[in-house]
Amino acid sequence: MTQHNRAKSDVFQPTGQIQFGIFFQGVNSGTIWKAAESGSQTDFESFRRIAQTAERGLFAAFFLGEGLRLREHLGRPHALDVVGRPDAQTMLAALASVTKNIGLVATQNTTYNDPADLAHRLASLDLISGGRAAWNIVTTDNAWTGANFRRGGYLDHADRYRHAEAFVETAKRIWDSWESPAGPARRVLHEGQHYTVDVTPRLPRSAQYRPVLFQAGDSPEGRNFAARQADVIFSAHPKFDDAVEFRKDLVERSVAAGRGANAVQIMPASEFILAATAEEALEKKEWVRSLQIGPQQAIAYLEQFWGRELSGYDPDGPLPEIDPVVEETSETRGSGFHGAKARQLADQWRAEAKDKGLSIRQFVTSKTARIDATFTGSYTAVADHLAEYARTGAVDGFNISPWLVPTGLDDIVNHLVPELQERGVYPTEYRGSTLRENLGLETPVRTADQPSGAVRA
Amino acid sequence: MSNTNTPSAEASQAGFLAIELDGAGWDGADISRAVLAAESAGFHAATFTDTPVPGRANALQRAAFAGPVTGSIALVPEVDTVYTEPFHVSTQLASLDYVSGGRAGWIATAAEAPGAAAAVGRSSVTGAALGQEAAASIEVSRRLWDSWEDDAVIRDVATGRYIDVDKLHYADFETPDGFTGAGYSVKGPSIIPRPLQGQLPVLVPASLLGEVPADALDAVLVSAPTPELLAAEVLDVRSRVGASVAVIAELDVVLDSRGQAAASRETAFDGGRAAFAGTAAALTDFLESLLADTDGVRLHPASLALDLDELGRLVLPELRRRGALRPVLQDGTFRDLLGLERPASRYVSAAAGTGK
Repeated sequence: MTQHNRAKSDVFQPTGQIQFGIFFQGVNSGTIWKAAESGSQTDFESFRRIAQTAERGLFAAFFLGEGLRLREHLGRPHALDVVGRPDAQTMLAALASVTKNIGLVATQNTTYNDPADLAHRLASLDLISGGRAAWNIVTTDNAWTGANFRRGGYLDHADRYRHAEAFVETAKRIWDSWESPAGPARRVLHEGQHYTVDVTPRLPRSAQYRPVLFQAGDSPEGRNFAARQADVIFSAHPKFDDAVEFRKDLVERSVAAGRGANAVQIMPASEFILAATAEEALEKKEWVRSLQIGPQQAIAYLEQFWGRELSGYDPDGPLPEIDPVVEETSETRGSGFHGAKARQLADQWRAEAKDKGLSIRQFVTSKTARIDATFTGSYTAVADHLAEYARTGAVDGFNISPWLVPTGLDDIVNHLVPELQERGVYPTEYRGSTLRENLGLETPVRTADQPSGAVRA
Repeated sequence: MSNTNTPSAEASQAGFLAIELDGAGWDGADISRAVLAAESAGFHAATFTDTPVPGRANALQRAAFAGPVTGSIALVPEVDTVYTEPFHVSTQLASLDYVSGGRAGWIATAAEAPGAAAAVGRSSVTGAALGQEAAASIEVSRRLWDSWEDDAVIRDVATGRYIDVDKLHYADFETPDGFTGAGYSVKGPSIIPRPLQGQLPVLVPASLLGEVPADALDAVLVSAPTPELLAAEVLDVRSRVGASVAVIAELDVVLDSRGQAAASRETAFDGGRAAFAGTAAALTDFLESLLADTDGVRLHPASLALDLDELGRLVLPELRRRGALRPVLQDGTFRDLLGLERPASRYVSAAAGTGK
């Protein structure tokens, strides 16, 4: 019951431990495809291999993203990066049969799914896997993505968290509806601005009660949403000082939400480039970076913001003096930089590159490599550094994006994990069979029956 | 793949057997046990119903779970076309094909239960509109499955291109004129490369024929109220769909088992489907004649535990001995089982100058 007290306390108490998750990205430049060791991004064997390696390393969770529309570049699908990935829950259901303990986290959006359908599918994954499912909640709103769906683009950017919260609360009621594994189920009604739900749920609670909830938004609204609803934040703040700051901020928000200081865990996105010595690790990093952002990718990256073809420019030369085409860059088609003020940005970047003496390729590498999210060094030095995160409780763990598939976790599992275990900051076995147990999360309590009738959002 | 049959040759003499695995529950271990039992009994395909019944987990996920633990049996979930997002459905089915090594199929259904509409806040779709929704969703999936040509992932280090964008295509689907429901469009391309089989076999219940054109399907599931009426119904559907669509008869089965007569065993068959009750020997004879007129038969056992055991011990071995069953395909695809060629993407010819 110490777990319970810890979660309810208003004072944050570090566990002294960290855990790992693995994020199989399946898109973008982080995963190297040009090396001889680069495996298939779609064959089941790649997924099996990496999930089983993660499980050998006692990883808490295996994450998959969600694709809703292919990223585009100057009006056509982007050609230079890894692309083409499976449906998250279908792949995770398959992985459930070849793994035993690792959590299975599906990124799923609240905009182009229906709550009753998504909640049922997540409950299915949770039951089939013996209580190992989780949902990484994301919101999206752009009409460009909506072009693949019946609804089209319908949601205002400003409404997306209000909509998402009503969605998540409805899902929780669906997972909460069966009194026992034999039923009966409570009918769930919801009437909101964008959808109505009237369903008698088909599935009981799982071994972990309901899927664990992850959330990845970082705006103040997103953080408040997580503080109210999520179990774990998949954060964007892995650097030590930022992580400490983010923890402080999140603790305040979760206490304000009435959930206690320890209720929401934090696992930042990260990348590890490791070797036996610091020198080797740095060499490896050069190699990794050169393959992540090749000459064509460097030019293409600038083209997204310039809105025009720049193939005549030397990737090893300075940034283009030519100005961006402002209109065409107002929306960069899935790259995540909406409404950037292109000309102003170009001026700023030219000055920055000149100041630091960076070529196009060096500049783009510095912009895309998520320098803060990368841990580079010897196994022992990185283990020492991570032990500091564990001691202070800056984070609860790291969600690692391997730069190589399917062998990208091998050195982490073979060398880093034992170093962390020696330092007493990493699990030496799975605590239980469910994700909730392995993360050390509290089990939710079933809500009392509510008077029937629609609940308004 | 070496066992590939042409639809006309061996297919006309020998059929395949599918089994509905409803009743395996929601637990992974139970699902594995059932599908492995079906595979070792010699069934060619396992199907997974998805009608909304308490305790029934999502069919496609049950099929996906079964993918890595099986080696030869085709895995064919029902997925609704009316209250689902066609883009998601297409991606999920393509993913099932990857996790099963090309053994996936799709029973495209059109949900009729009023509860299905209320669950997603839509008004009930009925009548001919059901078939229109099915036809539209099937067309979306088929276009999206073709939207990446087979060799779209090129990994060309010299030019820095992971994919050849000329081999990716927009689906640009729009619901047709006369579509009675809320029209929609799907842009594409798919977010997953082309399925291993190119196109997954699509099966539909005969009730949707007409609105769903025969050239959109690979197989049709035929029901009749009694075993006696089944053969006539099969011939009728065959005449409507032509030789290129496989005809699969639907049969409920309850067998004498462990000293208990079929007649005395409690059955809860879902009305409207022919039911066979009796001995294994009588079922074997009945199936032999039914398989002569069909491409395959799907069995719905009254009890997975009891009837699957009897079928595997007594019925399938005897049918196989009589030459009524096609060989089980080792390393084959579901298309191979149905005698279907792997089709080229519909967009290949659209590419300029390929000369194909």
